[in-house]
Amino acid sequence: MFAPDIILAAVLNGLMTGAVYALTAVGLTLVYGVLHIINFAHGAILTAAMFAAYFAWKAGIDPYIAVFGLAPLFFGAGYAVQRYVIGPSSHGEDRNILLVTLGLSIVIENALLAGFRSDTRTIDVPYGFSVIDLGFTFLSVPRVVAFGASCAAAALLWGILTRTDTGKAIRAVAKEKLGASLVGIDVAHVYAVTFGLGAACLAVAACLLLPTFYVHPRVGNAYVLVAFTIVVLGGMGSVPGALIGGLFIGVVESLSGLFLGESLGQIGIFLIFILVLLVRPTGLFGARA
Amino acid sequence: MRGQANPVRAYGPILLMAAVLGALPLLAASNTLLNAMVLALIIALAAQGWNILGGYGGQFSFGHAAFFGMGAYCTAILQTRFGVNAYIAFAAAVAVGSLVGLAIGYLSFRSGLRGSYFALGTLAFAEVFRILANASAFTGGAAGVLIKLDVRPETFQFASRAVYFWIALGLVTAVMLVNRWIERSRFGAWLVAIRENEDAAKALGVDTFAVKLKAITLSAAITAVSGAFYAQYFLFLDAGIAFGPWISVEALLAPIIGGLGTVFGPVIGALGLHFVSEMTRHVTGRIPGIDLVLYGALLVVMVAFARDGIIGLLMKLRARLAGGRA
Repeated sequence: MFAPDIILAAVLNGLMTGAVYALTAVGLTLVYGVLHIINFAHGAILTAAMFAAYFAWKAGIDPYIAVFGLAPLFFGAGYAVQRYVIGPSSHGEDRNILLVTLGLSIVIENALLAGFRSDTRTIDVPYGFSVIDLGFTFLSVPRVVAFGASCAAAALLWGILTRTDTGKAIRAVAKEKLGASLVGIDVAHVYAVTFGLGAACLAVAACLLLPTFYVHPRVGNAYVLVAFTIVVLGGMGSVPGALIGGLFIGVVESLSGLFLGESLGQIGIFLIFILVLLVRPTGLFGARA
Repeated sequence: MRGQANPVRAYGPILLMAAVLGALPLLAASNTLLNAMVLALIIALAAQGWNILGGYGGQFSFGHAAFFGMGAYCTAILQTRFGVNAYIAFAAAVAVGSLVGLAIGYLSFRSGLRGSYFALGTLAFAEVFRILANASAFTGGAAGVLIKLDVRPETFQFASRAVYFWIALGLVTAVMLVNRWIERSRFGAWLVAIRENEDAAKALGVDTFAVKLKAITLSAAITAVSGAFYAQYFLFLDAGIAFGPWISVEALLAPIIGGLGTVFGPVIGALGLHFVSEMTRHVTGRIPGIDLVLYGALLVVMVAFARDGIIGLLMKLRARLAGGRA
């Protein structure tokens, strides 16, 4: 039905999108792996980060430079939210955490709506429409950058988790919370650091998305379910699973968009999601439910 | 309240509340007020449905929009496309809604989805329905469905808002009575046992799968009533209204604010939330989203400080007063 080079182009484009998806999913899966909660505010935090990147651009700072300021800023904000809002108000019960993060997402999303209205905003950067000619297809430069930077950010995160003492503490808490606190690890602090790392991933993703995407108070919603799908597919809490899952979902979306048309394109993602949940809720890489 | 042996004390307060609210249109017949009340009662119905499964059974669904939307679309499409009588369409919509609940429940509970997984799964089902309804020509696509205006009692359309109000109130009251009856039944006790500790309930011989399946079917049916009534009242719907996340959120918010797993909780929560949102609009003017900011903040505050909602706070107050007297 389609020539092979069109399909190949769709696969390549899917991989580019998939890398950013993977980055948003890595944040989510990390938080799940350590805190054992689903962070429903994930999409809203991404939206907030995109607004921050947008206003940085308004102030004359390119998103690719703003990322170095926004990532630490969102780390701090995420740390504070977990430590002073989610932690204390949920009394350590899973159901409560679910509701508190849902409440936070409603607050963030609608505060942005109240503040900035539902206008769709885009930025205009000189490299926005530059392309690389591959002979059979063109690749957009900002998307190639997003692909590379997402991989780099994921590698950095992997480095933090495996090479540093903080990373070791995070992995210890993820495995055995009580044991970790017995050997002197401050669990509340580790929780907050993890949540902060998740938020920082979103800040990076936001800066990478902005040159080719738009900002809108509900933009995060489009990503949050995709991120959930990836996390479930890759296995809740598995970072490599999230990376591979992200790339896979990017390609699936791109191909189902090609074959089913734009408006039905996303359905492929949800069907995979439901299927994985029902058939193998531990995901492809997860160890246990 | 739960173990009430005396039927008058069990069912009396429900009928009293219905009688007091039912007198409202006779006292203040302003269309704005009635309109707000009808919408609040529609939300109350959706919330009552959610409360059966989430409040009593402890299975938190984030996708009750699936049932609400199914009820709404069935009512509308049966009338507009097939010329079915409005009342028959209404009944059929509720039947279809409960079947969808049964199907989603069967798939989810069979695969052992619990807690966050169940919440995510229901959310995904609602999203699939939303995308399908938005893309398919059968459901009117993105333009939505418009039920033809034809104000006659035979078509379930009335000139006076008071009539809609009384019907909505009647539905809410009926569900409250059923709800109370469930509370006093064996099925209700099993449901609460599952919420408190599913493994223990299973070990004691409760068929947890069957009980949860019954609960989600009933829950879906009630929420489908809410959706069908919404379609009949507003005569218009699209995928965003019927299957959008807003209704999933309101359906779970109202019982949590009012009091999870209580008969009055969802109703008090829905009425309270709509009162608060009207008040904020009154104070801040038409800033979009500001009422939802308040909803979200309320949700966090209630979870943090009042796990048992408004009902819980009232019970605590009563206990303190009674303690003072003794």
